[in-house]
Amino acid sequence: MSLPIPKSNAQAALTLRNVTKRFNGSAGRVTALEDITLDVREGEFLVVVGPSGCGKSTLLSLLAGLEHTDEGAIKLGDEPVHSPGRDRLVMFQQDEPVHSPGRDRLVMFQQDALFPWLNALENVLFGLRLKPGLSDAERLESARYYLNLVGLGNKEKARPHELSGGMRQRVALARSLAPNPRVLLMDEPFSALDALTREQLYGDIQAIFTKRKKTIVLVTHNIREAVCLGDRVVLFSPNPGRVQQVFDVNLPRPRRMNDPALANLAAEVTTALSSHLTADKQ
Amino acid sequence: MKLPRFVIPTFIALAVLGGWEWFVRAGHVNDVLVPAPSHILQWFWWALFDQASFESGQYLAAIQKGELLPATWVTMRRLIIGFAIGAAIGIPLGALCARVRWVRDTFGVLALGLQTLPSVCWVPLALLWFGIREEAVLFVVVMGTLWAVVIAVQESVLNVQPLYLRAAQTMGSKGWHLWSRVIFPAALPGVLSGMKQGWAFAWRSLMAAEIFVVIVTGFGLGSLLNAGRELLRMDQVMGVMAVVMLVGLLADLVFFAPLERWLRRSRGLER
Repeated sequence: MSLPIPKSNAQAALTLRNVTKRFNGSAGRVTALEDITLDVREGEFLVVVGPSGCGKSTLLSLLAGLEHTDEGAIKLGDEPVHSPGRDRLVMFQQDEPVHSPGRDRLVMFQQDALFPWLNALENVLFGLRLKPGLSDAERLESARYYLNLVGLGNKEKARPHELSGGMRQRVALARSLAPNPRVLLMDEPFSALDALTREQLYGDIQAIFTKRKKTIVLVTHNIREAVCLGDRVVLFSPNPGRVQQVFDVNLPRPRRMNDPALANLAAEVTTALSSHLTADKQ
Repeated sequence: MKLPRFVIPTFIALAVLGGWEWFVRAGHVNDVLVPAPSHILQWFWWALFDQASFESGQYLAAIQKGELLPATWVTMRRLIIGFAIGAAIGIPLGALCARVRWVRDTFGVLALGLQTLPSVCWVPLALLWFGIREEAVLFVVVMGTLWAVVIAVQESVLNVQPLYLRAAQTMGSKGWHLWSRVIFPAALPGVLSGMKQGWAFAWRSLMAAEIFVVIVTGFGLGSLLNAGRELLRMDQVMGVMAVVMLVGLLADLVFFAPLERWLRRSRGLER
């Protein structure tokens, strides 16, 4: 199956064309992702949702350039993505004139990736220090700004182990946002948190998203979370990972998890997923 | 009333020493082979100070001319220099083993083999290569340290959480930056325990070298121990053994233990 290739979309931050990824498993070659064609629009909050094994984390690694596609192409703007490097950064400078050459994409990972040998501020500074064209004072100012943005301005000196899980994820968020990447990639950043903390972070993320107009790609297995956060929700089906259906979420922000409209939409996505899964079994 | 923790151990130690003293004085054993604790303490006094200078009130000169402290100094210097060389070579080599597969499959395997070789086994080789010289002793200490450090560094670098690397790489860290800012700090706890092991090996190998090699360039604790044997002075033999033990404990107490404590505390690994 091959879809007609859409015209190059000036609005697209990330474009995926017929992307296929395979791994060598114990039972031979396993297709993790098959023929994914998808656009992530500039300034869009795109959520990829699906059951485990649908290849959504693989998708994020591909977008981050940490892994390579077997077939198809991924582009950031007009540049092909093939490594997590600095070389593509300068191209997109004009997108964020305030912050000179920026990182393109940064990832918030499933597990906690904060460096335990650095305190909160130093963790946020890590990416900033690798960003050329800034003075140390500007870097420090920027790091403090983002720590304040996630509400941890008073925890500069705290080491990761002294922070709660939710706080750590906020620091990770600040660290990912601080170098001002063109696209923020998030790999199930909330799955390890308790429901209350998660709810709080949904609010924070939405506030930051509205304020900073960031392009975000989030993958999750939590359908409610997907509907709560995404402008669009892309439902993946497993074995192999494919795009099953795309849902537009036109609810006003900030959204609350217990909003009935949101619950209805989540139910719709769930139905789509389970009907696919039962169809698969037959 | 609850006694402080040190009271009972101190009491038992004193009782054991007292029993020992009584046992020897009562003539149950040959006091040439088993000297009384008081006898060993006396040796300490004699070895620590040059008696002539001490009696004339020149205490500093007395210490400098005494046997024990200069010998300890010679030994410590050899240990520290040898350990530093071993660590300085071993850390980059271990990193190289972790980084390059074929180096790991060749040199890494060799290191694993050589690590099992007791360091005394290097003494004959060192003597033939360097002669009865300071270099021979240093060589044995370096060989004792090196392999343990190589293996420890290799293992701890290979075990760095991939997530740290992925996170750092997406932020644009690579090459030397990745090594110095991410891989090495992440591997530090493992590297430190490797260094500690290397230190222990260095200490053992140095004693072996000093006992077996009569060095003209410096009279260390091992030489003092061996001299005790040759003079049939059991008080000296046991006294030096106690000093060797103390130096080992002290190294751990003033160097490794605080480093480990700092590491554990700063990363929340405190038990």
